[in-house]
Amino acid sequence: MSDDQVDHSRRRLLTAATTGVGAVGVVFAAVPFISSWQPSARAKALGAPVAVDGSKLEDGQMLKVVWRGQPVFVVRRSKAVVDALGNHNDQLADPNSEDSAQPSYIKDAGPARARNPEYWVGLAVCTHLGCSPLGAFEPNNAFQVAGTDLGQNWPGGFYCPCHGSKYDISGRVFKSMPAPKNLTVPSYTFAGDARIVIGEDESPKSA
Amino acid sequence: MAAAPGSADSSKGFLGWIDQRFPLTALWRSQVSEYYAPKNFNFWYYFGSLALLVLVNQLVTGIFLTMNYKPASAEAFASVEYIMRDVNWGWLIRYMHSTGASAFFIVIYLHMFRALLYGSHRKPRELLWIFGCLLFLVLMAEGFMGYVLPWGNMSFWGAQVITSLFGSLPVIGGTLVDWIRGDFVIADATLNRFFALHVAALPLALIFLVAAHLMALHEVGSNNPDGIEIKKHKGPDGHPLDGIPFHPYYTVKDLVGVMGFLVIFCGVIFFAPTFGDLFLESANFTPANPLQTPPHIAPVWYFTPFYAMLRAVPSFAGTQVWGVLVMGASIVVLFFVPWLDRSPVNSIRYRGPIYKIMLAIFVVAFITLGVCGLKPPAGIYPMLAKIGTVLYFAFFLLMPWYTRFDSVKPVPERVTGHD
Repeated sequence: MSDDQVDHSRRRLLTAATTGVGAVGVVFAAVPFISSWQPSARAKALGAPVAVDGSKLEDGQMLKVVWRGQPVFVVRRSKAVVDALGNHNDQLADPNSEDSAQPSYIKDAGPARARNPEYWVGLAVCTHLGCSPLGAFEPNNAFQVAGTDLGQNWPGGFYCPCHGSKYDISGRVFKSMPAPKNLTVPSYTFAGDARIVIGEDESPKSA
Repeated sequence: MAAAPGSADSSKGFLGWIDQRFPLTALWRSQVSEYYAPKNFNFWYYFGSLALLVLVNQLVTGIFLTMNYKPASAEAFASVEYIMRDVNWGWLIRYMHSTGASAFFIVIYLHMFRALLYGSHRKPRELLWIFGCLLFLVLMAEGFMGYVLPWGNMSFWGAQVITSLFGSLPVIGGTLVDWIRGDFVIADATLNRFFALHVAALPLALIFLVAAHLMALHEVGSNNPDGIEIKKHKGPDGHPLDGIPFHPYYTVKDLVGVMGFLVIFCGVIFFAPTFGDLFLESANFTPANPLQTPPHIAPVWYFTPFYAMLRAVPSFAGTQVWGVLVMGASIVVLFFVPWLDRSPVNSIRYRGPIYKIMLAIFVVAFITLGVCGLKPPAGIYPMLAKIGTVLYFAFFLLMPWYTRFDSVKPVPERVTGHD
């Protein structure tokens, strides 16, 4: 068969069409494989957001919940405590949380490090070696925790019993502590006045 | 010896039976016994065959490790300890594998340095160089995922840090990290898929790329310390005058290299398998603990130059992505070296002083970056890392200018040092 009997344009069209359909098939066949790398249904269930009802807390009380295998603090703070947060910035290692881990809306919230200053939410994992800090919310001389006197100028906050790191009540670490960074704040949002959903960061719904 | 590949002289007996059905003799001749390599290979030419030796070591020891290793977050650490304590010779197989990983990078770094010395990346060997860069990239992925498998605390937090890098990419970052991890944290799913990639997908890619690398090499022929084409001067038999058959000449020479290498390799395996915390980090002898970060996270030594560049770049415009981009660029720039190098000569023997100085600065910068990546980012190290990063990129990005304006010496027609 000589070359001029072949309809080359028709052959090219058929080749291109076959290649095109084949390529589309490859793309669709790739979807299940790529999708199989997504977190599985089990991982999603275990990583689901955790809801906490903060209204049952009194001022100065703390709740510890587990989210994605990590302990999370929820602390209710009085207005007086929140108002005093800016007073000890000079004693802190990272008062504006520049080097610490938190969602951007927490960093932008200033000394309160919270979406609603009344409730502070943060991981109960010391940024030094991962111990769980203790709540030591009562200011000044009287408070003793883990056998340690936190002193006259203690503004109230967290104390890590393992190596003595101190954080204020927004989880901001004091200067010259073993811990290098402020306590990490996970993403969370409010569903209603005091219902805190840890693990979601859509903008707060209006109450 | 003189017969052409595939000719009739091997058509008798068992070999003849094979040759009529598979080009065994023809392949042996074209790739080995009649592959003519330049006769002036020196010390630097050991590292190609040594890389092949280490690859075989990693494949064989790796296969035997998978026979006892359990790729599950609950069992992985204990199964490695089981290999170390209870499996007959398990400690040897594991230390051969872990030392082999570091040896692989030592050999590859020297192999790549040889290319920069003698211009082995230059025309017509650009594709050979690109296959090599791809091999380096796959090897880095292989090394990283292999380090996660023992599920020690450094495995866990190293994986945490490295996968988080992808999270700094805008828009897709968060989804991409979850996709890589297969969970919202480094978890069982992450370990399981890294195992699959480490023992199946990436080794297949490595073997395929090694085959492509060797086919490209045997197509264009080996470069040599003088950087001249031996194919320009052929004898009446059609073979290069300055070439000698790879077998037996270089198989025997490479055996000497293998001996020297094995002496050092075995010395490390038997007397210093952790190599002062460099080959195996002490933090990795405690199980992975998601609640406890090691006080100082450092990658294994072969990644530290790139890790130092990552940390050297400050965050800017509210994102850390710049450091990630710089680290990526430090690898990508390697692919372009054949076109960045504009010198009229190949080998450093005939290049001028500027290239020699720049190459020396590059080596010092690379080693300095390696040290910086091992140290906590405090004191003098952040500044050293910044300077090292600038010098690393200066070597590559200024190459089109300094190689063009550098003086050169006359290049001989035939290879030197052998009469």
